[in-house]
Amino acid sequence: MLESDVYSALTEILRDLFMNDDLIVTPDLSANRVHGWDSFKQIEIILATEERFGVKFTTQEVESLKCVGDLSALILKHTV
Amino acid sequence: MGNWQELTDPASALYGFAPDAVLFCFDARHLTRGMNAALSVAEADRQHDAAREEVLACWRLAKERFRCAVLHQTAMQLLPAVMGNNEHRLAGSPRHALRALNAELRAAADAEGVDILALDERAAQEGYAAWHDPALWMRSKQEITPLAAPVYGDLVVRLLASRQGLSRKCLVLDLDNTIWGGVVGDDGMEGLILGQGNALGEGFAAVQSYAKELSRRGVILAVCSKNDEANAWEPFDRHPEMILQRSDVACFMANWRDKAANLRDIAADLNIGLDSLVFLDDNPAEREAVRRELPMVAVPEPPEDPALVPYCLADAGYFEGVALTDEDRGRTREYQSNRARAELAASSTDMVGYWRSLEMQMLWRPFDRIGLQRVVQLINKTNQFNLTTKRYSEDEVLAVMADPSAFGLQLRLLDKFGDNGTIAIVIGKMQQDEVFLGTWLMSCRVLGRQVEAATLKLVVENARRMGARRLIGEYRLSSKNGMVKNHYEKLGFTTLSVSETGDSKAMLELHEYEPRDVYMEINEG
Repeated sequence: MLESDVYSALTEILRDLFMNDDLIVTPDLSANRVHGWDSFKQIEIILATEERFGVKFTTQEVESLKCVGDLSALILKHTV
Repeated sequence: MGNWQELTDPASALYGFAPDAVLFCFDARHLTRGMNAALSVAEADRQHDAAREEVLACWRLAKERFRCAVLHQTAMQLLPAVMGNNEHRLAGSPRHALRALNAELRAAADAEGVDILALDERAAQEGYAAWHDPALWMRSKQEITPLAAPVYGDLVVRLLASRQGLSRKCLVLDLDNTIWGGVVGDDGMEGLILGQGNALGEGFAAVQSYAKELSRRGVILAVCSKNDEANAWEPFDRHPEMILQRSDVACFMANWRDKAANLRDIAADLNIGLDSLVFLDDNPAEREAVRRELPMVAVPEPPEDPALVPYCLADAGYFEGVALTDEDRGRTREYQSNRARAELAASSTDMVGYWRSLEMQMLWRPFDRIGLQRVVQLINKTNQFNLTTKRYSEDEVLAVMADPSAFGLQLRLLDKFGDNGTIAIVIGKMQQDEVFLGTWLMSCRVLGRQVEAATLKLVVENARRMGARRLIGEYRLSSKNGMVKNHYEKLGFTTLSVSETGDSKAMLELHEYEPRDVYMEINEG
């Protein structure tokens, strides 16, 4: 899977969850930069991502995520 | 657990919301806190009793404070076993405690008038992995994984709908390749695939068995098949492997008309709404035609293998029920008696002669504990002949019984074909010198039998005994009760007011009341 595919899927997921079609998804995007990205939203994002890519993250992996770049790298690691 | 501020504090949001129903969802870990494998039998029992009593206290608090329906979700068996297969021998095992608590709370729910949401069974059926993700619990304390949320929502809603009388009432069966394999008109009765000795035949027998079980608990069975009527009946009468009998079918439509037309006739014949029907048919074209023509009829997409069909029907929850009454058990027989009555009516040349020949007897009683379940059921499921469609919980019915300025009447109708059971309910409340009739409802099975006029007689007697001078009857229009729009006027009331929305009030001065002739005995009992 290409990194660009991951980003276009994540863009779709995040725009959908935040109901904001203008959201630009970049590797350094993180919770403190998006209004409404709270712990509950974080869970929704993880679930939607797992479902979209057919993967399951461990608690350790989820805990270590700091930004969208981390999430993208994690997806690529799981979908080799 | 332990902090029930929402339940006890009148300033809480829950009080402001004034719920019609409260659902308690105790998660497995909190419910079993304090349980551990080191506990002695006595200590485990003590912990266990405390957990149960706390749940009971919550139910009672909710009932007492909100006078609303209380629902309880059983705990999912999701804790890991400590012993293994014989976990029950470990007194303090949290996993075992969940199982025991679920069993005890089920029994207690019946005694307390609480309805159960059987989450444990549903999750076990589909596998706990589909319902609970332990890692997600650590992260978010969500016990039910969001992936199962849609099904969970459906389970909750079907239970609430059942309490409102919105469950389906009748299963309409196609015949060929639905309840037996083959086409009776082409293959002949001998050529049908049905019953023991053949895997496919056993599958069709399982479909019949399940339908029979449904009918035993009060679901009406009907047949809708493109067939010659004589051919269609033949297996019912003569095929040795048939499980369904002639007497199990309340309405039989085998002809060559389109199925939507037959379904309309079935609903009309049984006096139920089209939205009470579930239509089971193996033919996708028929299903599609019915869905297009009658979108209110439920049409499941049955699995091709008949062995799976009972599960398809059960999982969809069409016939979700919360209580079982004697009326439910005798329902099919009742509808058949109705047919016999209709035949008698058709052969009688005059209505009076027909009424006389029915040898009717009406038995009435004030509301009481014995009739409580049936009264609540009838109040909550009657939609058509229901003047106000006001619903009552069990506690609200008990409140009517305890109110000296109110009366609740339950009426039963017997005739030479059988006992129709409790078929009408009236609730009146004295206000100054008039009795306000906030509820008047009747089962449509006894339409055209003068039950309305006989009921009015009883209402007048009760109102007079309380010292009233007049009756006020209220009508509130719903999407289903258009048939009783002029109910009070037909009984001699004068219209007082009609609102823009179609609601109305009517009055009857008691000194002007003249009883009509009704051809039935009326007795208390």
